This record gives sequence, C-alpha cells and structure tokens, in this order.
Amino acid sequence: MGNWVVNHGLSALILVVWMGINIFIFVYFYLFYDLGPQFFYTRHLLGPALAWARAPAAVLNFNCLLILLPVCRNLLSFIRGSCACFRRSMRKQLDKNLSFHKLVAYMIGLMTAVHTIAHLLNLEWLNNSRQGDYDNLSTELSEIGDHSNETFLNPIRSPSTTPSYVAFTTIAGITGVIITLSLILIITSSMEVIRRSYYEVFWYTHHLFIIFFAGLVFHGAGRIVRSQTKDSMYEHNVTYCKDRPLDWGKIPECPMPQFAGGAPGTWMWVLGPMVLYVFERILRLYRSLQKVILRKTVIHPSNVLELQMQKKNFSMEVGQYVFLNCPSISQLEWHPFTMTSAPEEDFFSVHIRSMGDWTRDLISKVNEAEKGGFLPKIAVDGPFGTASEDVFDYEVSMLVGCGIGVTPFASILKSIWYKFKESNQKLRTKKIYFYWLCRETHAFEWFADLLHSLEGEMEERGMLNFLSYKLFLTGWDHSHAAHVMVHFDKDTDVVTGLKQKTHYGRPNWEKEFEDIHNAHPTSTVGVFLCGPQALGKTLESCCAKYSDVDPRKARFYFNKENF
Amino acid sequence: MGQIEWAMWANEQALATGLILLTGGIVGVAGQFKDWQFAAYGIAAGVFICLLEYPRGKRKNKGTSIERMGQRYLTICVKAFGPLTRNYFVRAGLHAVLSIPGGFMLPTVLGCVCVAIASLIYLLAAIRGEQWEPIMPQVESKQRPGESMKEPPSNPPPRLPAELRRKRQEDAAYVNPIPISVNSV
Repeated sequence: MGNWVVNHGLSALILVVWMGINIFIFVYFYLFYDLGPQFFYTRHLLGPALAWARAPAAVLNFNCLLILLPVCRNLLSFIRGSCACFRRSMRKQLDKNLSFHKLVAYMIGLMTAVHTIAHLLNLEWLNNSRQGDYDNLSTELSEIGDHSNETFLNPIRSPSTTPSYVAFTTIAGITGVIITLSLILIITSSMEVIRRSYYEVFWYTHHLFIIFFAGLVFHGAGRIVRSQTKDSMYEHNVTYCKDRPLDWGKIPECPMPQFAGGAPGTWMWVLGPMVLYVFERILRLYRSLQKVILRKTVIHPSNVLELQMQKKNFSMEVGQYVFLNCPSISQLEWHPFTMTSAPEEDFFSVHIRSMGDWTRDLISKVNEAEKGGFLPKIAVDGPFGTASEDVFDYEVSMLVGCGIGVTPFASILKSIWYKFKESNQKLRTKKIYFYWLCRETHAFEWFADLLHSLEGEMEERGMLNFLSYKLFLTGWDHSHAAHVMVHFDKDTDVVTGLKQKTHYGRPNWEKEFEDIHNAHPTSTVGVFLCGPQALGKTLESCCAKYSDVDPRKARFYFNKENF
Repeated sequence: MGQIEWAMWANEQALATGLILLTGGIVGVAGQFKDWQFAAYGIAAGVFICLLEYPRGKRKNKGTSIERMGQRYLTICVKAFGPLTRNYFVRAGLHAVLSIPGGFMLPTVLGCVCVAIASLIYLLAAIRGEQWEPIMPQVESKQRPGESMKEPPSNPPPRLPAELRRKRQEDAAYVNPIPISVNSV
C-alpha cells in the first residue's frame, strides 16, 4: 500500500481532483436547472430532461477546455523546464499528457451522448406541446410568442413541423449535428488499431477538431434555453397562476409571463485554450520554417538511416525528441524521432528505421540522392522534453531499452562519455545500469559500436564499474546456443564483440531489482524504460515492490517514455 | 497513404454507427415518439450492423490481425454468407440502403449519416480491391510421427537370402518325422 502511494499517489490525486470537479459541476448545474424557479415553466414543458441536458453541457464546457491543454507540447516543455524547483514527481505527471488527453476525450464522448439523448427528448416534447398534445398549461405556454409584445418560451414556433426540421433549421441543432458527427469521426479514427497502423488516417481526421470547436462556440448562439425573466417573476406569481393558464393576461395577478434565452457561455471556457493552441501551432510553424542543414547521412545495416543535422539556435538535452517533416514527401505530416546525439556535439542526429510509408519514402529518397541527386529538405520542430532529462538527477539510474527503444539511451550514454571527458560537475549520477533487450542485434550494430567505444573510454580511465550493461537477446535458438557454447572461453562476446557477455532470454527483473536494492540501500534509483507497455507494467510493479516508504532508504521511481 | 486498409477504419466507423443507431432507436421507442416505427427499425438495423461488423477482418498487409474479444463465433456466422460478406461493394451498398430509413426521424438521423459515411469508406476500400478475410484460429497440428508411419509396412524387413537363413540340419535339436513345407498345416 505504501509503495503504491509513493509511485502512483500523485496521478491518483490528479484523477480524483478531475473527477471531483466533473461531479461537482454536474450536480451543481443539475440542481440549478431542476430547482431554479425561473425554469418552472420550462420544466413543465420538458420535465427532468432539461436538467439532464444542461448538466452534461456544463461538464462538456469544462472538459473541452481541458482537452486542448495536454497537446500543447511546447507549453508543456516550458512548464517542465521551469519546474526545476518542483519535486521530481511533479514533472513526471507531464509525461502522462496523452493518457490524460484520452481520458478527457472519453468523458467528452460520454457527456455528448447524455446531452444528445436529453435534447432528443426535449425536441420531441417541445414539438408535441406546440401541437397541443398535452395539458392546457403546456399549450398556453407554447402559444406565448404568437402575438406581439410576447417573448416565447417554446423555441418551436410553427405548429406544424417535425423535430428533424427544427433541428436542422436552428443554430443549436445544426451545429450540434455537425460537431457530434465530427466527434464520432475523430473517435473512430483514433482507435488503437487505426492509430498504430494507419497513422495518417488518424492524424488528418483528428483535425476535424477545428470544426468541433468552431461549432461548439456557436452552439448556444440561438439562445433557445429559455427562462422566465426576473421582472416577470415579480409580477407573475407562478404558484398561483400555474393553475389558471387560460386567465393569463386577463386577470391582474397573472400578466403574460416574459421569457429570455440564456446567453452562450461556452466561449468563456474554451477561448483561452484555443488561443494557447493557436500559439502552439504558430510556434511549431515558425520553428519548422527555420533552415535545417543536413550535414551528413549514413545508411546503417538493416535499413537504418542516420541523419546528422544542424539548425541555428538549436539546443537540446539528453533523450529529447524532435518532429521531422519532409515537404517533398508530405506537406502536413510531422513524425517524432528521438535524438541519438549528445548535447555536447555540434550537430544533432536521429536514427530512422523503415517502419511505414513516410520513413520508407525518406530512406529511398536519401538512397537516390547518394546516387547523384539532391538530398530532400527537412524541417524540424522541437526539441521536446521527456523523462530522460532526469537521468543525471538520480544517484543510481536503471535504463531499460527494448529494440528500437534503445535510441534515447544512445543520447544519454554519449552524453556521459562527453561529461566524463570534461569531468563535468553536473553529473550527479554515480552508477548506471543499462539493460538492452532485443530480438536480434542486426538493426542495432550502430548502437553496439557506441557501446564498444564507451567500453574503451572507461577502461582507459579505470572507471569500468561506472556503467554496467547487460544485453539480452530474446530471439535466440539452438544454433545461437551452440555457437555460444563453442566460444565460451573467449574474452569478448561472440555476437557483439563487447567485453560484457550477452545474456539470452528475458531478464529476471525481480532478481535485478533485488540486487540493485541491496547494492544501494540508501539511494533513490530512477528507472527509465523505452519499450512495450507490458514491460512497463512489470517494471512499475517491481518499482512499487522494492521501494521503501521511508524516504531515507532505497526508492525506485519509474519513468516511461511514450511515443 | 499507400498502405492504408480503409476497411479497417470503415469497420470501426460502422461498429460505432451500429451502437448509435441502436441508442437512437431505443430513445425513440422508449420515449414513445411520433414515427416510433422508424426508431424500432433503428434498433433492428443497429443490432444487425453490430453483429455484422463485430468480427474484424484479417489484415492483408501488416503482420498480426488483432481480434476483438469473443469474435470467434460471429466470425463463423459472417463467414457463412460467403461472397455477400466478403465483398466490400456489397457491404457498401448494404450500408447505404440501411441508412435511408434512419433519415426520417431525429433520433436516428445521426445514425443514418454515420452509416452513410461508413458506406462511403467501404466503397473506397472495395475500389482498392480489399476483401473481408476471416481470422481463423490456428489449428495446432499434432506431432505426427511422420507420413510414412501411417500405414503398416508393405514390404517385409530386409533379410538374408533363404538358403543362408535356413537352420542347418546338424544344429537341429530333433528331426521332424513329417517334412514341413509352406502349405502344411
């Protein structure tokens, strides 16, 4: 229990606060519309559906405000940077921005459903009231507005229309249909299957959010949710007059009641975040227009492309990522790549593997250029910060990279190499444990070379026990095993040529954590993972298990990269 | 956007639509709306579309196809209709036709538009030559000892020529009074 609090406490707190605000808003507005005396006549026409429509609307206002914020990555980067005085765990919350974005999106979907259903009922009942299907009071209320000097209560003025017609001829109706449709398309194209495999469909469809927000702001402009005005409530005593609808206007106690529509309120909620988001996009555009020099391109084995680039006023930290855009392949697509160079170098580099349409096209364009042609122009947005910036703050760090996820750690290890050479005082880290898991090393020869050179450096300075790394080949078979058995006595590993031997199969995390716990009983250990979710869960639970609640003893903090 | 299988998105869209039609239909019927018959249609159409679209098809280009939970049984039902469910032109047409009655009543009109959109995406998928392939479970082939061991041996095992095999008269423990031949009992 204590471990759970240490590792998940802040996330849980944020969720509880968010949910609490949602519930509060819902209940507050529900009661406002269900009990407010100015809505007495409105409620007579609509029943509880009035409150059931307005309460989700308020929750929607709140969540539409929130949904734009987690995706302003430049803003988040800025907050992360200025959070230097905050506790480490605060900055970790900003990693979970995408999860929060999705959670808010689910809430928006749910509330939209409730809101729409309630309004379907409302429109039907308003229409029926107008056609005189219900009691005298309803008919009388609906007829208000037919004569001059009267302000209507029932927004449906024609006695011979259908709810569909009304929906498509009122501002609220038509904007409602359009934005709900946009929302549905956004949600179906954001399902995990589509997003992971057909990223372009997800990305382009998601831009329907522009229509969503535009429609949302104008959704209430028609002011069709009516309530009795204050003056009218003073003159027209509802308790007495509700039983005498046919006498209204004829007796002095009951003049015709006057109504007014509620002013649209959504713009007040969403205007701020919309402006922030516009700034965010302008900033991205500005940064992307700056010139990028492609200093060098290298094609590594297994179709891995390394791009070394330079850009004016570009400064990075370890493990950050950039978004790349290649206008000659696609004007609008930006794809994230972790940088593999260290801040100490005078260029920045990324290693790109052929994973989908865009990466394949890029690699083939570079190949063509090598045969005699022009290199494609590249635009860069970033750098954006992720958890690896924190690596040097922990006394002991555990770095776990799976397959392609090893890339941010290339940057970190290179930076260590440079910091050592300069004897940089900023380096708080005393010990690094690096775990590299992959099926086979073919695609990562470039990384093995990096480890090679690091090994050499460390040996020269006699600091071999600063970095201890373990390589795990998870895709071994009998021929591998036979090969290893034969060459067992050799000094260096047969597969990678490194001094530390390759392990086969998956690591026993419990044992690893226990060993580190015993080796560093009073340290804070940062655990960094770039890899699959399943492994993340395992590591997270090990962190929780092996952390002591006592802050003086060993504690493990789990940080996950997410792309 | 070369490698996109539009059918995957059409499938998600159609499944969502089934639910929307179903919900709209339930609202229309439970609220006893005028024209509630269209709402009843919405319920029926919604359920039908959900059942048809629940089993995900197999992906042509990428490696693994992810099944939805428990879709095995529906896959068999959908597969049974053969070309009617395999061909996406048929599905596009079917969805287009299903969308029309939804447009007559407000609760189902959203479902109507969504089905129409799903129909358009399926049309696009069909034009690009995609088809619905069922994801069948991998049958675990038992470890057979090998094809040649299925039947009893047809040839006798190799032996030395008959003369050398016959026991020598001198080594016999006794002498048969009646000579033995192949046909003797």
